[in-house]
Amino acid sequence: MSAIQPVILWTDALVFALVAGVTGLVLYIRRHEHLRAPWAGVARQPMAMGSALVLAVFVVIGLLDSLHYRERLPDSPPDKPQYSVEVLSAFDALVGPLRTQQEKTYSAPLAMHLYAKEFVDHDGVVVREYPRLKYGGAHLESAAAHWADIVRRVLLGSVQGLAIALLLVGVLAAWQARRSRQSYGEWLTVFGTGRLGWPGRTLATMLALIAIAIAVLLHLAAGYHVLGTDKVGQDVLYISLKSIRTGLVIGTLTTLVTLPLAVVLGIAAGYFRGWVDDVIQYVYTVLNSIPGVLLIAAAVLIVQVYIESNPELFDTAAARADIRLLALCLIMGMTSWTGLARLLRGESLKLSTLDYVEAARAFGVSHSRILGRHIFPNVFHLVLIAIVLDFSGLVLAEAVLSYVGVGVDPSMYSWGNMINGARLELAREPVVWWQLGAAFAFMFTLVLAANLFADGVRDAFDPRLGGRR
Amino acid sequence: MFAYLLRRVLYAIPILIGVNLLTFTLFFVVNTPDDMARLQLGAKHVTPEAIERWKVEHGYDKPLLLNRDAQGSAQFTDTIFFKHSAAMFAFEFGKGDDGRDIGNEIVTRMGPSLAIALPVFAIGLLVNISFALLMVFFRSTYLDLWGVVLCVVLMSISGLFYIIAGQFFIAKLWNLLPISGFADGLDAFKFVLLPVLVGVVSGIGSGSRWYRTIFLEEIGKDYVRTARAKGLSEVRVLFRHVLKNGLIPILTGAVVVLPLLFMGSLIVESFFGIPGLGSYTIDAIQAQDFSVVRAMVFLGAVLYIVGLILTDLSYAWADPRVRLQ
Amino acid sequence: MSTLLKVEQLVTEIGGARVVDGVSFTVATGETYALLGESGCGKSMTALSLMRLLPDGGRIASGIVRLGESDVRALPEREMRSVRGGRMAMIFQEPMLALNPVMKVGEQIVEALALHRGLSGQPAREAARALLDAVGVADPVRRLDSYPFELSGGLRQRMMIAMALAGEPELLIADEPTTALDVTIQAQVLDVLRRLKGERGMGMLLITHDLGVVAENADRVGVMYAGELIEEGSRADFFAAPQHPYSRMLFRALPRAGDSGRLVTIPGQVPKLTEPLHGCRFAARCPHAAPRCRQESPGWQALGGQRVRCHFAGQLGDAVPQAAGEAVTSQLTQPAADLLRADTLEVHFPIRRGLFQRTVGRVRAVDGVSFTIPAGRTLALVGESGCGKTTVGKALLRLVEPTAGTVQLDNETLGERNLARLRRQAQMVFQDPFSSLNPRMRVADILLEGMDALKVGEATQRRAAVARLLKQVGLPDDAGGRYPHAFSGGQRQRIAIARALAVAPRLVICDEPTSALDVSVQAQILNLLKDLQAELGLAYLFITHNLAVVEYLAHEVAVMYLGRIVEMGPAADILRTPRHPYTQALIAAVPRLDGRGGQQARLAGDQPSPLDPPSGCHFHPRCPHASETCRRVYPRASTLAGNHVVSCHLLTPS
Repeated sequence: MSAIQPVILWTDALVFALVAGVTGLVLYIRRHEHLRAPWAGVARQPMAMGSALVLAVFVVIGLLDSLHYRERLPDSPPDKPQYSVEVLSAFDALVGPLRTQQEKTYSAPLAMHLYAKEFVDHDGVVVREYPRLKYGGAHLESAAAHWADIVRRVLLGSVQGLAIALLLVGVLAAWQARRSRQSYGEWLTVFGTGRLGWPGRTLATMLALIAIAIAVLLHLAAGYHVLGTDKVGQDVLYISLKSIRTGLVIGTLTTLVTLPLAVVLGIAAGYFRGWVDDVIQYVYTVLNSIPGVLLIAAAVLIVQVYIESNPELFDTAAARADIRLLALCLIMGMTSWTGLARLLRGESLKLSTLDYVEAARAFGVSHSRILGRHIFPNVFHLVLIAIVLDFSGLVLAEAVLSYVGVGVDPSMYSWGNMINGARLELAREPVVWWQLGAAFAFMFTLVLAANLFADGVRDAFDPRLGGRR
Repeated sequence: MFAYLLRRVLYAIPILIGVNLLTFTLFFVVNTPDDMARLQLGAKHVTPEAIERWKVEHGYDKPLLLNRDAQGSAQFTDTIFFKHSAAMFAFEFGKGDDGRDIGNEIVTRMGPSLAIALPVFAIGLLVNISFALLMVFFRSTYLDLWGVVLCVVLMSISGLFYIIAGQFFIAKLWNLLPISGFADGLDAFKFVLLPVLVGVVSGIGSGSRWYRTIFLEEIGKDYVRTARAKGLSEVRVLFRHVLKNGLIPILTGAVVVLPLLFMGSLIVESFFGIPGLGSYTIDAIQAQDFSVVRAMVFLGAVLYIVGLILTDLSYAWADPRVRLQ
Repeated sequence: MSTLLKVEQLVTEIGGARVVDGVSFTVATGETYALLGESGCGKSMTALSLMRLLPDGGRIASGIVRLGESDVRALPEREMRSVRGGRMAMIFQEPMLALNPVMKVGEQIVEALALHRGLSGQPAREAARALLDAVGVADPVRRLDSYPFELSGGLRQRMMIAMALAGEPELLIADEPTTALDVTIQAQVLDVLRRLKGERGMGMLLITHDLGVVAENADRVGVMYAGELIEEGSRADFFAAPQHPYSRMLFRALPRAGDSGRLVTIPGQVPKLTEPLHGCRFAARCPHAAPRCRQESPGWQALGGQRVRCHFAGQLGDAVPQAAGEAVTSQLTQPAADLLRADTLEVHFPIRRGLFQRTVGRVRAVDGVSFTIPAGRTLALVGESGCGKTTVGKALLRLVEPTAGTVQLDNETLGERNLARLRRQAQMVFQDPFSSLNPRMRVADILLEGMDALKVGEATQRRAAVARLLKQVGLPDDAGGRYPHAFSGGQRQRIAIARALAVAPRLVICDEPTSALDVSVQAQILNLLKDLQAELGLAYLFITHNLAVVEYLAHEVAVMYLGRIVEMGPAADILRTPRHPYTQALIAAVPRLDGRGGQQARLAGDQPSPLDPPSGCHFHPRCPHASETCRRVYPRASTLAGNHVVSCHLLTPS
């Protein structure tokens, strides 16, 4: 007789399968020295590690947002509980009021008044003015204290964030000092002069910045709509944060679809050559020759028709939107495996003529063993580089597709939908910029972090391609 | 050479058949004409008569592959496949939902599309190569490092942002150029300027970073050391030797998209109200006009294959080591 | 003779490593100074330092480089550019990579002419033509308009030399100029260099690892080891009595004619230059090392015309250290049973062209090759690159499918169905120790692979077998758990040999197993192969271009030219009294330590393409004795005394 009913959407299941897979891979890599070595190379790069920290924050939010449930309706009978049609997530529970404190319509970031004038009844006198917000700045008596309050919250947040960061670094220092059998002071000296062997200073700085940002946001969000509200008065910060999951799902699940296709077909074409190669090349030339957007559009429209003609399959709006998200990932994966497949084909072609493969053939080693032990492990770094490089492109593509109308479900929180919904508002006077700004800023942060991290991975795994410095 | 070209053209036929079958499957088999009609007519509970009428209007009332009611060869020709898919090989695209001939639309809309896409392509190539060369010239210095970081930052920004920011600042706030629209003849210039600028800027990040990698790979090769050993200056080495070798992959990589420029850019044209093929496509997608989408798929595939052939030709032209046979 | 180049205490660093450490030498006008050393000793870096062309991250830390009167280190970059290619020119090892692939060679030469002699247009072209004449390029006018890929290796290197000469340099630096070339072409190119140096009175700095090249070309020699110059002297003195223990061991590590005794190997490895070094750098590997050697870096000691950096200079006597064990005589006198017999083996690769990819021609990589390998004996398959010798090896193992002919193993003809049997009996060792081991597999897994695939022995015993194999090829016990990158080139080749031995074959096909290795490491591998043969009764098919190695290892020799065997017989016969003109030329082209190889007549021209071999005898266009018959008919094989078979019209009574 629980108050909630867990809901596992399709993408949730896949996301957690992915997490399990990555964890397994990490454990496997840890035990193999030659697999570990390039990752140690990534860990030595300040830019990559700083980005990884930012990515980690995004990932945590995304994962929290993937634990879905439905609340029990308060008036449902105890023996036959009924649940709300609204699917919530652990993240929603965590941010609580951010979701529920809805205003009437647009309001600017940190505002205490609505964006548009309205007729307000002041003790019987009807005045046309900017009405006060229901929640934003509601704790303030008058507008006079507005900015002082904001400054106070920012300062308080900064101090607390810094304190937390210092505490964390202190604990880390104690742990590391013990591990390396140094005195606390010695370790700090090594840390301070940047001779740790890993970018300790960069990580500490990023940690402090993130802690301060979170603390400041928490303080501000308690009293205001930090990034304003949208047309229906919903908090833009909340929407932006909810969109993180969509972005991450598209960036990761799509590659999950791409990988098996690209790896199997690419390697098969390069290794077996002959007619296998001809057929695979034919398939990917056909797919490649169709403009990607059109193929995605056609497929999404088909999915749309399917969903609309089978409404009984989906009990909630969230489930419907989720299926469309999954379909989008599948379709984008189907259209984007060709690039990696081509790369892997070329590399396998080269590898299959190498002496160690010849040596294996001289022993009569079977094709499957040669592919598994000689070819795949030696193209794996290319696969990995492709995964991290593709991620940011996919996140950006979501926005474009949503604009075209073949992206995620319009009811789903996503940066693409935010941009699409807000772009016409730039024509207003005064300009409603915060929704666009927030979407672009969040997207930029995620994509930049992913790109910088991808660069680090590429430099470490394929020095031939890198040569950055 | 001729035999090679002929072979490539012949090879294009199975590819186009594949494209055609794929679109046929997507648009008529997975998604039946009845589904289309329902989607188009909007409401969920439309009458069977309305669906039938819609199908007759759009010529989707025939059997898919084999018309048993017809006589002789009409058994095969009087079908959806023949009328709507096979006909595309003759570049007969039929009419869109708005009743206009798609073939005519394509011809008239190519001009505006090219007016944007061609300058973006040419100027973009020039700017990216210059920027890449600059970074390579100052390689292993802070200039190069920050150049790369700048590239990564530029490529992390959504393409939509460039468009929206361009329209907002340059057109709306500073009133330098019109926000959107298009005109014929020389008047087009002022309408073209902003989309071209946006197109070029949004490509700088990834483009110049990629070209930089290509040049850096060249500069590490032995022949560059030979050129230096001759006593050539670094600038001469860069322009006479590295540029020439680096341009081969760059140009041939660029050639493949050349024919596709006809298709225009979906997003840019739609934002800037350019009456090109890009906005045509996007409107068709949003209006769910399947005949236009099908036509554009086929056109895109043809142009892509032309691009592939041009790529091979350009390789043979640019690189003396490549002989077509 | 005046001093042309003077280098004093040159120190060059790359990253944290001192790749050149306190090197001093001089080169006089008209003199050839050879810098000799094994890979990684810093000889190339010395040359690049002189040119100020160090790779990114490299810099000259200290020292003086003086070319004539000018201080090369102090010159501003602008003036340095007129020195580079002007007063001091350089040619590089790999002529295919060193030429710009998309520029006509004429343009590349004219570029240098324009820069240093201010020539352009027709006069420049005329000067370029004259340069091609000077380096002995036939049909120079046409060649000026060729791209590098259209030229053979030898022609490319001549083009490089022409380009280097364009600025009329006073000093020519030749960095391993012939290492990438075949031995007959090497001889041609070295002749050109020698002649030009004489004609133009240039000084030459010749960088090489090949003692033979030094013996035939150098006036003075400097030996480098681990970034230091350790010995210097005139050629005559050096070859008569090398002083440094390292130099002496290098000589003894070289297989030489008429001596099939064990080779001296140099134990251990070159110290890492990134770590701080104390004392004599060779001490750890030196049989004479005393405690003093490990603490105190030896200074230069003069010994007559020679000088050497060794604490025991002049005290080591004339006796060079003897080999640990005496030669294992595996020269069986009685004929052994045939293990493998190849009969008119043929591998043709089709060339497809045109609209329907019809076969328009065939590359006759292997064109009717027959031979036998007796059990426990070694057949050396000798030839220049592209003659098809590697393809023969692969076709025997069916790594390349033969288009015709049969292979018999123990009188059993091999086909698809008894392939597994073949694979138990015959295995292969490849040339490149880096590409022949999968970098992502542990050594133990590499060795187990064959045993698992062919189900050799009980699965439970295979681990023990791995340990035994490692011991057998002289690798440490813990090697099995490590990955290939932890090993040096020589050690990797040992792993590759162990892998082949894992399935207990009776025949091992060795495809140039030592050509990627330094002389001292080559000696180790050759000794190992010889020991294994004695111990396990292995037969070898030893594929090589190196005749010195043949002499050391082979019982029989087959010489291949353009896909066919032109001469075959007992090793001693072939090497002492070669009968085929090609074999004679091949042997004459090998540089000799006594320096007297240079007087022989050289083989002209290049090996033709196997796509379109010449009519009649394939060798006739290059043969000094070619007659009308040679141009028309391919000669039959004629058997001479002692199983010596030659395919040449000169030896067939008409």
